Amino acid sequence: MKEQDPRPLDTLQDIRRMMQRSSRFISLSGLSGVSAGVTAFAGSILAYRWIRYYHEMNSADEDLFHNLVFRLLMLALVVLAIAVLSAFYFTWRKAKHHHLPLWDLTSRRLVGNMMIPLGAGGLLILAMLQYDEWRFVSPACLIFYGLALVNGSRYTLSDVKYLGLLQIFLGLANTQFPGYGLYFWATGFGLLHIVYGLIMWWKYDKEPASAVKE
Amino acid sequence: MKNPITGLNKIFESRIRMGVMSILMVNEEVNFNDLKQLLEVTDGNLATHLVNLEENGFIKVHKGFVGRKTNTTYSITRSGEKAFQEHIAALENMIRGVK
Repeated sequence: MKEQDPRPLDTLQDIRRMMQRSSRFISLSGLSGVSAGVTAFAGSILAYRWIRYYHEMNSADEDLFHNLVFRLLMLALVVLAIAVLSAFYFTWRKAKHHHLPLWDLTSRRLVGNMMIPLGAGGLLILAMLQYDEWRFVSPACLIFYGLALVNGSRYTLSDVKYLGLLQIFLGLANTQFPGYGLYFWATGFGLLHIVYGLIMWWKYDKEPASAVKE
Repeated sequence: MKNPITGLNKIFESRIRMGVMSILMVNEEVNFNDLKQLLEVTDGNLATHLVNLEENGFIKVHKGFVGRKTNTTYSITRSGEKAFQEHIAALENMIRGVK
């Protein structure tokens, strides 16, 4: 390595880039938020229809009720799987595009720090279901997911924190309107994700029109 | 070690050593494999630079275990932090044209 011409500006930029790259996961794509939001929204509409259909039947049949509960749980799992996979896909694409690793120090920390509130919230919700306590399932989903985002925001784009705070706020508001869980859930996981994803895409991912062709 | 005219630290003129210091400035502890992945260098190359930094007292090495595998982590020392900050300040001064 030659000593002459240290090019101080380039060096400082390298230092800054390395500090940022090693402390935050920056490949998180805005489109991941949009795809997760669309999935959640579609799932909510389906759940709404099933529930409405059940009420229209106006029957006290236990089997019908258990069938509804089972289908809703399956729907929740499928929605979760599609949302996570599609979010993963767009983030993987962005990382590849920038030649950055998807699984490194920063993404590991991000996932690890999100898993703590998510795991605790998930177990709490299972306990609620165990005692047939439905009223706080949607608020708990929103609140613990919001906490996970706030906790994870230190390891990725800091804007994620505001999405988290909004989810927590929605979840707490939902506790005062116990019969409207699905609406709050659809707003938080559907609408907020789509709006947030579009803003993030606009802010970080949008390429100048000339460079779009891959 | 320091260039009396520019105030730049010769040790940090290597891109790899500069990279290691940048990473350790913002991360409490980083292990060997993560450093390797972030800097995109080979084992041997990275090891040499890490020994150099350690010998200068800029970084600390902790040898530990994860299960049965060795897990060596690195962190910055007080004097390392100070030296690197002075190096950054010197670079900034060069840009401003301050002598």
